[in-house]
Amino acid sequence: MGIPYSYSFRNLWTRRLTTLLTASGMGLVVFVFAATLMLTEGLQKTLVQTGSPDNVVLLRKAAGSEVQSGVERSQAALLESQPEVAIGADGEPLLAKEVVVLINLKKRVGDKPSNVVIRGVTPTSLKLRPAIRLKEGRMPRSGSAEVIAGESIARRFKGGGLGETIRFGMRDWRVVGVFDAGSTGFSSEIWGDADQLMQAFRRQAYSSIIFRLRDSTAFDSYKARVESDPRLTVEAKRETQYYLDQSEAMSKFLNILGMVLTVVFSIGAVIGATITMYAAVANRVTEIGTLRALGFQRKSILSAFIVEALFLGLCGGGLGLFAASFMQLITISTMNWASFSELAFSFTLNFSIVWKSLLFSAVMGLVGGTLPAFRASRMNIVEALRAT
Amino acid sequence: MFMLKYIIRNLFRHKLRSVLTVVGVAVAVLAFGLLRTLVGLWYAGAEHASDTRLVTRNAISLVFPLPISYLDRIRGVSGVSSVSYGNWFGGIYIEEKNFFANYAVEPRTYLALYPELVLSEKQKNDFILDRKGCIVGERLAKTYGWKVGDLITLKGTIFPGNWEFVLRGIYHGAEKATEERLLLFHWSYLNESVRQSFPSRADQVGFFMIGVKRPELAPEVSLAVDSMFKNSLAETLTETEKAFHMGFIAMTEAIMVAIQIVSYMVIAIIMVVAANTMAMTARERIGEYATLKTLGFKAGHLAGLIFGESVAISVLGGVLGVAATFPVAHWIEVELTQYFPFFSVSMETLLLELLAALSVGVVSGIFPTWRGATIRIAQGLKRIG
Repeated sequence: MGIPYSYSFRNLWTRRLTTLLTASGMGLVVFVFAATLMLTEGLQKTLVQTGSPDNVVLLRKAAGSEVQSGVERSQAALLESQPEVAIGADGEPLLAKEVVVLINLKKRVGDKPSNVVIRGVTPTSLKLRPAIRLKEGRMPRSGSAEVIAGESIARRFKGGGLGETIRFGMRDWRVVGVFDAGSTGFSSEIWGDADQLMQAFRRQAYSSIIFRLRDSTAFDSYKARVESDPRLTVEAKRETQYYLDQSEAMSKFLNILGMVLTVVFSIGAVIGATITMYAAVANRVTEIGTLRALGFQRKSILSAFIVEALFLGLCGGGLGLFAASFMQLITISTMNWASFSELAFSFTLNFSIVWKSLLFSAVMGLVGGTLPAFRASRMNIVEALRAT
Repeated sequence: MFMLKYIIRNLFRHKLRSVLTVVGVAVAVLAFGLLRTLVGLWYAGAEHASDTRLVTRNAISLVFPLPISYLDRIRGVSGVSSVSYGNWFGGIYIEEKNFFANYAVEPRTYLALYPELVLSEKQKNDFILDRKGCIVGERLAKTYGWKVGDLITLKGTIFPGNWEFVLRGIYHGAEKATEERLLLFHWSYLNESVRQSFPSRADQVGFFMIGVKRPELAPEVSLAVDSMFKNSLAETLTETEKAFHMGFIAMTEAIMVAIQIVSYMVIAIIMVVAANTMAMTARERIGEYATLKTLGFKAGHLAGLIFGESVAISVLGGVLGVAATFPVAHWIEVELTQYFPFFSVSMETLLLELLAALSVGVVSGIFPTWRGATIRIAQGLKRIG
């Protein structure tokens, strides 16, 4: 027969201020822990959702990103006629020859310049990316100096909003539409007519070719054939994989940083928990003696105090998670190192992060509470009862 | 004197608790200092950039080239002392994770513009004379174990193919902050290969480096250069090297801001922990405080006693943290040398560490002090804690 759990809870309740202070210290640590995980999750989600698994991206060999890549027109024509390319409802191949460059735009806030991806697209480009829909305005007319901007560009960059103009390549380009791309990387892009943009930038070659596979399982054989074809100098990647690679450097950095911070911070929180639990034990020497005299075993005392510490940790975890859940309202925009271009993503909370955070807080409570709990359970009954 | 003794004796009443709190403060202060240093490093590249050097690049963005024919026209601008040019090559050594910057430059003028890249006269000449030659920084050479005379092969990302260079020299930085992880090779070598395989991309450079005679001429020169190429096919944007670096840094600012917020958060966490410790200490000694009051000690004495203890614990932790900063920073410099060119903690950071520790002591002492000082004697004596 152990000591009822309510004993542990009520002990925490009795010292409300101390409990609150310790729990909030732990809460701050859990907050940092969860926020870092959420940030990495948000980044990956944004980039992974950007691609779809049936789409294939073709880039020049060894080019890490679309911006560095170039595919000659003759090769593009050859790639267009491959049997693996799916055919759309209109009988045209579902393949888009796109040109991707960076332009330097100033932010609305703070006037700081940043690199923005501008993508020259064909009508097929939209069919290949079903997640994108026009939010306001209209599509650009082909053959005119018109562009559409992703939501996050429209909001954050000068000249990106509906009806405004952006100047590059010796022309003014009017923004005639704003598109919504959900939480994908396309929200941080500007789209215009591929031929117009190639003219403006004096580009002879496309940057990348994107197409839908007729049969998703045929990818490996297609890749092997295309990459060994002596007429072609391209490599094929599934679109999902391409965007995952783009997020790798950044996620790695965020993960390492987050883990280092969490380790350092948790030292402080564990110390806080240890102090609190030691004090709880010291204050209750007589009580512990009484419990032992009533016949409760050492084991029960030990577990009662461990439960108390665990509960303290979980309180902190709950507080931290509660605060961290509000971070979902925040969008961070930064330069993605893989492509040197602006990317906006937000903190994303999911069940696995909740679970990890609570586990982490419980472990902190446990580590902090173990020593004091042992001390409590090892007390000599007579001496404990004598103590005042 | 008596008070001081009393405070010190009080510190040792709960050895474990005091030690834990001191260690906690020390760890927090250390973390705070390292994070600040990290953020400082981020900006170091721009801090040490020269203000007599200007960078001219394509106005659209960095990925667009400029024709090499601009060279002579830029040379003619008054106030310009020398011009060099080059390309960001973006080559990969063996695999992608071995990232370092590599540029194709015009060697003679480039090295003249960058006196902080210190090379022996012989190596410099060898490099200039060998068209396939390259030079690297000391740190990079150490990382990959390169020696002069070695062949280095880079895989081109922007310029396809495998490019082979002969290592002709290893430079070291004149200052601590000089970037020692660069590889430089001949622009003409790059250009000739490009002319054969992609004729349309030949005779283009990524940037011009302009040396101005005096720093105060920089704004005039950049205006003159940019207006010269206004409304041409390749408009230029000229800014000081510092502004150029800052532009890059500004793009990743969000992450730096987050790190800065976190560095203050670590102090906030330890404040909570320390306040907790002090609250407990004061609660345990309520009876004592009442006794002291009975003996005639005033509220001020008591306040000094409690506050003194709180500040003493924190400052002790702060001093420990500052002392630990040096070996840890040194360890980072030695062990993580490929990520951080140098990792030296500034005086300002050390002072801020101490200030942070002091503020932890002050803030965590306020509440218990107020409670201890305003205790009613009868109540305090009655209380059994």
